Amino acid sequence: MKFPRKLVIAVAALCLFLLVLVAVVVALMRVGSGDGGDAMSFGDRVAAIGMVSLLACAIASLALNEAYRRYVRASLRLAEETGTLVAHGGARVGDYAAPELQKLGQAVNQLLAVRDALENDVAERVREARASLEEERSRLAALMAELNQSIVVCNLDGRVLLYNQRAQQELCSGSGGQGGELLGLGRSIYPLFDHSLIAHALERLQQRAGGASNGHAVQFVTATRSGRLLLAHMSPVLAGEPDEAITGFVLILDDITAANERDARRDALIQTLTEGGRGPLGNIRAAAETLADVDDMPAEQRERFLGVIRDEARALSSHLEEAAAAFSADLRARWPLEEMLGAELVAAAARRIAEHCGLAVKLDNVDESLWLRIDSFGLLQVLTFLSTRLLDEYQIREVRLALSLDGKLAQLDLIWSGTLMNNETAMEWEVASMNTSGEATPLSVREVVERCNGEVWFQRERVSHRAYFRILLPSAEARQEAPRGSVPARQGSRPEFYDFDLFSWSASAHELDDRPLGELAYTVFDTETTGLLPSDGDEIIQIGATRIVNRRLLRNECFDQLVDPQRQLSRESIAIHGITPDLLDGQPTIDSVLPAFHAFCADTVLLGHNAAFDMRFLQLKEEHLGLRFDQPVLDTLLLSAVLHPNQESHRLEAIAERLGVSVIGRHTALGDAMVTGEIFLKMLPLLAAMGIRTLREAREASERTYHARIKY
Amino acid sequence: MSKKVLIADDEPNIVISLEFLLRREGFEVLVAVDGEEALNKARAERPQLVLLDVMMPKMNGFDVCQALRADPEMAGMRILMLTAKGRDTEVSKGLGLGADAYVTKPFSTKDLVAQVRQLLGV
Repeated sequence: MKFPRKLVIAVAALCLFLLVLVAVVVALMRVGSGDGGDAMSFGDRVAAIGMVSLLACAIASLALNEAYRRYVRASLRLAEETGTLVAHGGARVGDYAAPELQKLGQAVNQLLAVRDALENDVAERVREARASLEEERSRLAALMAELNQSIVVCNLDGRVLLYNQRAQQELCSGSGGQGGELLGLGRSIYPLFDHSLIAHALERLQQRAGGASNGHAVQFVTATRSGRLLLAHMSPVLAGEPDEAITGFVLILDDITAANERDARRDALIQTLTEGGRGPLGNIRAAAETLADVDDMPAEQRERFLGVIRDEARALSSHLEEAAAAFSADLRARWPLEEMLGAELVAAAARRIAEHCGLAVKLDNVDESLWLRIDSFGLLQVLTFLSTRLLDEYQIREVRLALSLDGKLAQLDLIWSGTLMNNETAMEWEVASMNTSGEATPLSVREVVERCNGEVWFQRERVSHRAYFRILLPSAEARQEAPRGSVPARQGSRPEFYDFDLFSWSASAHELDDRPLGELAYTVFDTETTGLLPSDGDEIIQIGATRIVNRRLLRNECFDQLVDPQRQLSRESIAIHGITPDLLDGQPTIDSVLPAFHAFCADTVLLGHNAAFDMRFLQLKEEHLGLRFDQPVLDTLLLSAVLHPNQESHRLEAIAERLGVSVIGRHTALGDAMVTGEIFLKMLPLLAAMGIRTLREAREASERTYHARIKY
Repeated sequence: MSKKVLIADDEPNIVISLEFLLRREGFEVLVAVDGEEALNKARAERPQLVLLDVMMPKMNGFDVCQALRADPEMAGMRILMLTAKGRDTEVSKGLGLGADAYVTKPFSTKDLVAQVRQLLGV
């Protein structure tokens, strides 16, 4: 750019100079030839010509330079500025001196403004769409979590795309989630369900999908390995138009073990009632009819027949009593009782009594920690009904409520003072149908209380002039909120029980090596050990692992196990991991933990920080246990060295800080595994920017780094 | 000569009535309290009719019935099965195994006696 600009200026100046020179020469010639005598000498003329020419040239080139600055360079600047603004957006081109360029600049600014507006619009729509998608997903996840049934969604390969907490509890119970049966995103469902069973059901689905009854579900009953009986309801997941092919299936599972047992019990009961009654009844009837028919029976004979009738009738009665007791236990079990915090019931009762009767309600001692298993609505009706009667009959102004624990039973008291009431009235109220303002129910106080497996009575304290109705209720254990055998989901985080992107997966179709890193399933793991030298007998004392599926760290699918190393712990190692010998007492040995871990990381890429160290411990056990950890291994330490070869430290903390990952629970195996997983996820885009996208590329880059040569 | 009837039932409270009723009808009555005894007595005494309870110790009524029907020497013996189980399937099984009649408890004594008389042709 520079060279042609100078050339242009030089050529222009030269032309100008020649032009001026010719003009001045011609002018002076004319002056000279006009009057002959007093004309200038030739030399003076030449000097004058030169002077004037130079002056003219100087003025001309100044003008030219100014014109160049104003128009040519300013245009170029405008072009550059426009180029930058097109790339970045937001800003506008500056002011230009030349009015023409000013106009051009304004036009550019208008275009930029229109472009920015469009861009914002698109971005806004994308944001809205994403937010609503996220909201829908959260809603779905919340719904799934609330469902009483187990739900598992799989693709045609049997890989799990979605499951709910209930499914995890039901399908993994008995094995503690760490045995052979594992339910997890991207995992195969076939360790849990027989392959041929699912294949058969899918075949039936496909047949139906082909026929007129499109989209119908099929049912089958299966037993889990832990002996539970499940009723499975399988429906297809169809691809969109045009072919509507089946791309996966939804399994809705009902644990019918309990229902089956209850049914079986009821059947047995009915059978004992009918068939068990026939024998004794037959004996009674035969004896009675014989007695009736025969008038001339000797007294002794007669007594024998009467004895038969008495014995059999008695046996039949007790038989009936037993059956009735068993049956009513079943009936009661079916009454929907809910678990409720006692204090909540008392608070609700206070509100309701105040609202319905206008009485002042005060709370005496209320045990805040007490859980009840009750029909809460029924009990509220009871308390309101009794308060209303007290108000109507005795015009009391105030009632008190108290709740306390006595042994295993909760005492709920409705207390009032000042008025003496007799037992007969109390009894009457207890058995009468409750009928309070606007609410009539055929049930009595006593029936509701009995339904809650409780008792109710009236009591007086003459000394204190207090009287109360006491309702005795069985207390319930505090509700278990946390799911069994899993790490509770963090508050506010998106639940990780589903991943529909797995629909596009087909593990068999790709060789792992050429699959993109983001598409692979990883087991991120870490171990704590008795020391650094596995070959000198150091042993694993803890294995922690979590999974990454589709770029998501699955905090709900963890492996966290202490291991009895069957040797002493050194003081130095305790200082690092904080695991003391008493914590390892009674823990399983590596012989049972490692097979469980092997199952946990099946079909995944192993990922660790300084994984070579941990792998060494695993590999030393392989032969003894008959296992092979032969899956691909990636190491965040090596990948860090690939990304930042000039950094001093590739320790976990240092990398975490560089990549902006907060470190919690360091030096527990699971905590370190989580941090490692988060670091790896942050590394993925950085690696991609370096052209490292597939497993093969990541492994080859790792191998090239210096650290790869360190041997433990 | 009076007809011989064998009552095979392990419950004395029904045997007492059956025995009384049948003796009153003029039959000679034998009693067995389990399946094995029933089979032995049937073989030894050759009663014309056996009242056979299904639920008995040692050998149940079905097996006794089957064993009796397998012996051609006792082809003419009538078998009336008694049971506290009233399922259709059991009635069919009893008749299928060769019982002549099947009565479910509780039964009317009159009807039973009538049925016994009919089976014995008296």
